Amino acid sequence: MSEVLVEFDNAVKRFGSVEAVKRMNLEIYRGEFLALMGSSGCGKTTTLRMLAGLEKPTEGQVRLSGKEMNDVGAHERDTPMVWQSLALFPFLNARENVEFGLRMRGVKKAERSRRALEWLARMDIGDLAERDVAQLSGGQRQRVALARSLVTEPELLLLDEPLSALDANLVIRMQGVLTRLQRELGITFVYVTHSQSEAFAMANRIVIMNEGEIAQIGSPKEIYRTPSNRFVAQFVGRNNILTGEVTSQDGRSVSVRTELGEFNMPATAEASSLLGQSISFVVGADRVALNRQPRGSVNELSCQLISEEFIGSVVTLYLEAPDGTELKAQIQQRELDEINPEPGMSLWLSWEPSQTHILPH
Amino acid sequence: MSRDRSLLWFLRLYLLAVFGFVFAPIVASLVFSFNSDRFPTIPLGSFTFKWYVQVWGNESMREAMLNSVIVAAVVSVASTFIGFCTAYTDYRYRFFGKNLYLGLALLPPTIPLVIMGLAMLAWLSRIGLSGHIWSVMIAHTVMCSPFAMAVIRLRLAQMDENLEPAAWNLGATEWGAMRHVVLPFTMPAIVAALCLTAAVSFDEFAVAWFVSGINKTVPVVILEILQGNVDPQINAIGTFVFMTSMTLIVFAQVLLLTRQKKQVGTNE
Repeated sequence: MSEVLVEFDNAVKRFGSVEAVKRMNLEIYRGEFLALMGSSGCGKTTTLRMLAGLEKPTEGQVRLSGKEMNDVGAHERDTPMVWQSLALFPFLNARENVEFGLRMRGVKKAERSRRALEWLARMDIGDLAERDVAQLSGGQRQRVALARSLVTEPELLLLDEPLSALDANLVIRMQGVLTRLQRELGITFVYVTHSQSEAFAMANRIVIMNEGEIAQIGSPKEIYRTPSNRFVAQFVGRNNILTGEVTSQDGRSVSVRTELGEFNMPATAEASSLLGQSISFVVGADRVALNRQPRGSVNELSCQLISEEFIGSVVTLYLEAPDGTELKAQIQQRELDEINPEPGMSLWLSWEPSQTHILPH
Repeated sequence: MSRDRSLLWFLRLYLLAVFGFVFAPIVASLVFSFNSDRFPTIPLGSFTFKWYVQVWGNESMREAMLNSVIVAAVVSVASTFIGFCTAYTDYRYRFFGKNLYLGLALLPPTIPLVIMGLAMLAWLSRIGLSGHIWSVMIAHTVMCSPFAMAVIRLRLAQMDENLEPAAWNLGATEWGAMRHVVLPFTMPAIVAALCLTAAVSFDEFAVAWFVSGINKTVPVVILEILQGNVDPQINAIGTFVFMTSMTLIVFAQVLLLTRQKKQVGTNE
């Protein structure tokens, strides 16, 4: 599992004066499902294209199984990609699309047809093999694109936002297909996306990118619970970020004075060492409690309800503190029913000291 | 409301008049080509094929027809090839002076035909190529390439920009991607360009008249017959030429439109 398959060694990609990827150092392990996540223009797709040989690093190296790839053309690599637009060949039917990679490698007609049909069957669309791609639904085309990329049995599959054109239900279905496929085949998936739900649902490891740089690498849980900087905390969303000065510590807890009042957190070695300094800390929106009346507990502040957002049984409430700080609380629908708030209403937000995570500087 | 309605009726009449002016002479020519009377008068005489038979028996006309067909065939292939290359370089590459390059490539149709003909004659006779069947082919290729380029460029604009990279990604070389992806994708436009350029070359008179010498094409011979006298053969030839061109152009249109529809289908 820990064998390195891909290595970005100080890889830089510049387009004219724009630095799309800045000094990328990243190791991708054999058999892992890695998600490259970031907003548009963060360099995630350029990173993927360097891996596929569609872009050549301006500086540095990309190694595949230890071999330097900078001078290896895209067509000489076995790094198939699933494209955002799918890029299926519209003048070929489903089977011929899947056969394409084999045909380019000189596989005989009967053999490549057999293998293509096998893969289409594996993707549950064996009966659509002779259909024109224009006659297929979005999900079916997705499966053709996957089969086309996997038919050469590569060690590595690159996916560039492949699900972004599908509707929500289909996305969930295809996430299941992709995860199962990756586990079964045991090959490495590198998955570029701007969607947190996709990355968090499928990946073993997530790389968050910002303006051409890696902002954080970690498991979904690490990224979610312990963001290593302000950008990640904001990007992941559903986080409340507060800034203040560490004023005192009494061995068990540390006190932080902010514009919104004093808050406590456990006196970890890290927190204790920051006495007298300004820090930012994060409290997950799903780790806070909301009440109509103050409970008089520690870490409580008053705020006003701005709006709410429903996601099934969970509701996210957007709130504002007296000084204008934006706050979020994610609570269950039944909790919401108990509070029954209206926009503009004053509420009390509180959290356990142990739910605090300090953002490293 | 009533003003709108009268405007509508006016526009309809206007449209009808435009079509009338365009097609009336062609229809008249068609009708008189089957008329037994020597002069185009009404009432018509009896129905006849004799003018067509006469044209077929006309040695110089048969030769011109052969010349026209050969020229149109060579020109359509050559200008479609050049047009494809120009369209593809425009689609695929960015380079210094690209706008100038495209401007030059699209320039020929903007030059008045008489000037083009004269210039071609002067140039070709200087390099010893005037008066050959080659001369017409060269001149027509220059004139037709921009049409081919425009038609093919439109088709390339509909191509997903990831289609070629996807082919490389699956192991195709640049030439492999050209052969297995770009050409099949562009094929309807290529065939349409072949038809259009053939039609343009087949009809073109001015430049051919300047450079053809003794290797006359059909339009040049038509003028010669007309200069002599009023001859109903002209109606027969005209109808034939019109039908040929129309068939080519309608075929090209059908090809382009049905493909577009299908393309829309894939984008839903």
